[in-house]
Amino acid sequence: MTSLPTIPLQAGPLNPVFEPLYWFLKLWSGFMSWVAGMTGLELLQYGFMHRAILVGLCIGVMAPLIGTFLVHRQLALIGDALAHTGFAGVAVGLFVNAVFELGISPYLTAVIVSMIAALFIELISEATDAYNDVSMAIVLSTGFALGTTLISINAGGLAVGVNQFLFGNLATVSQDSAAILLLLFVIIIGVVALTRNQLLYVTFDETAAAVSGLSVSWYNRIMVLLTAMVVVGAMQIMGVILVAAMLVVPVAGASQVSRSFNESILVSIVLAELAVILGIGVSYSAEATAGGVIVLLAVAIYVVAVVLGKLQTVFSEEDTPEMGSIDMGEAKPSDD
Amino acid sequence: MSTQNPASTTSSGTGSSTESIIDLSGVDFGYTSTPVVEDISLRVTPGEYAAVVGPNGSGKSTLMQLMLGLLRPDEGVARLFGEPSHQFDDGERIGYVAQHASASKAMPITVREVVKMGRYPHVGFGRLSSEDWDIVDRALDIVGMTSFASRRVTQLSGGQRQRAFIARALASEADLLVLDEPTVGVDIESVEAFYDLLDALNQDGITVLLIEHDLGAVTEHADRVICLNREIYFDGPAGEFVESDALARAFGTTANLLGGSR
Repeated sequence: MTSLPTIPLQAGPLNPVFEPLYWFLKLWSGFMSWVAGMTGLELLQYGFMHRAILVGLCIGVMAPLIGTFLVHRQLALIGDALAHTGFAGVAVGLFVNAVFELGISPYLTAVIVSMIAALFIELISEATDAYNDVSMAIVLSTGFALGTTLISINAGGLAVGVNQFLFGNLATVSQDSAAILLLLFVIIIGVVALTRNQLLYVTFDETAAAVSGLSVSWYNRIMVLLTAMVVVGAMQIMGVILVAAMLVVPVAGASQVSRSFNESILVSIVLAELAVILGIGVSYSAEATAGGVIVLLAVAIYVVAVVLGKLQTVFSEEDTPEMGSIDMGEAKPSDD
Repeated sequence: MSTQNPASTTSSGTGSSTESIIDLSGVDFGYTSTPVVEDISLRVTPGEYAAVVGPNGSGKSTLMQLMLGLLRPDEGVARLFGEPSHQFDDGERIGYVAQHASASKAMPITVREVVKMGRYPHVGFGRLSSEDWDIVDRALDIVGMTSFASRRVTQLSGGQRQRAFIARALASEADLLVLDEPTVGVDIESVEAFYDLLDALNQDGITVLLIEHDLGAVTEHADRVICLNREIYFDGPAGEFVESDALARAFGTTANLLGGSR
């Protein structure tokens, strides 16, 4: 627990974890300044843009990565529900800071509250044997109601700060929140890298996965916890209201044009990054909200993907391979 | 890998349960207080080709879930490969094929990726070795789907899709193949080929347990028929089942049962 001379993140015990992240942020900022010098791009001259771009790039990887598993389980809306509980977490953070005069990052409390809500949704669904949209809607509105209530109790100057959480903001990505996002990013990528086989099996065929000895409920819990992390991480730029779009839209686009699951993950990440990078550029030059621009671009890319996908099926219809015979029995003619 | 069950080589006490792949004795189960299956006792031994038939709502799928340990019996004992079913975690020994033909999941996934899942219980958190990939390719070859390996599963016909799922079960090198109404939504021609494949696999030593509503297919292909409607109405050779009146009794009472419970 060595306390640094300047305490960047007020949660003191976490300093050893965050130290390398701040170091990386400094390194990244240096790199961005170098790029700015080479290209002469005006938007790369500001420190907050360096962080915003890094956060955007991370969102572009982790949101579609987790979203791919969610969308194919028909759980697209869970992201929305968790984002709204994340808002409650932000409100809790602001409230606690105001009452006890602390300096905890609201994103930290948002992660915690959102993860608790995620487990809650999962446990409800385990008890009732189904993910139902009613319980999801209840959790969503409870989260948002709690958030608005807490903020209104605090009143005063806080209302100004809330916009940043609701709609996201490039300019307010602080060192602290960027560091939190990097930490979430590392955890999410690590967990998915380790359990990708199991997550895929459970996503594709829950019963067969259970028969093969996987604990389906545990992997479901992991999945919703990861979703909570992604949503809160992405909230900084995307805002509460639009964050779920990054989980869904690039994935929907990718499933139009991909054949395999691995390919669809890669394509969805490429599409998301495209939307994020273009979106940050456009929103900077047009002085528009980044979250909105990114989602609009993502939807435009989705439409293009749908058209491409249709063209793909039209042109691939001709080459239907012959079905092979069953090797163990007698030869069977192709039944196409 | 090996089809030897370590439990079957150790002769312990009675030795009756260790020889069976599936062993149910006096099993009752109900989702509510109304029993869905009642007093079920049956054993499936290695190499058998058994079919569970019964009208809709007769508890066929529930019985299968009890056998596989997905549900726990309210009364009685369910054993799988000699272990209590719900504790059984040697998942690679069981291949499971459900009614995928009609399920239109829009997920982008190729046939090879589906078959690859059969190796997941073997590799755990690791990656597939080249040996694992060989097994995947062999399974694809056995069901005649090699040329479809990189196709999206959603683009396949119902029959082709079911072959892919059989291949997944083969890739897991399962001793027991459990199929839950596998031919729903599959065209007639493919159904024939599908049953020929099951016959061939059974002759190769794989135990086949089929849950089926198509009585014609069952009596033609399976060796043993278990006729179920809440309780067992018939359990014996397929030939005797055709001559018995079990069918009429099991299906005849359905009308009353359905009228009462649904």
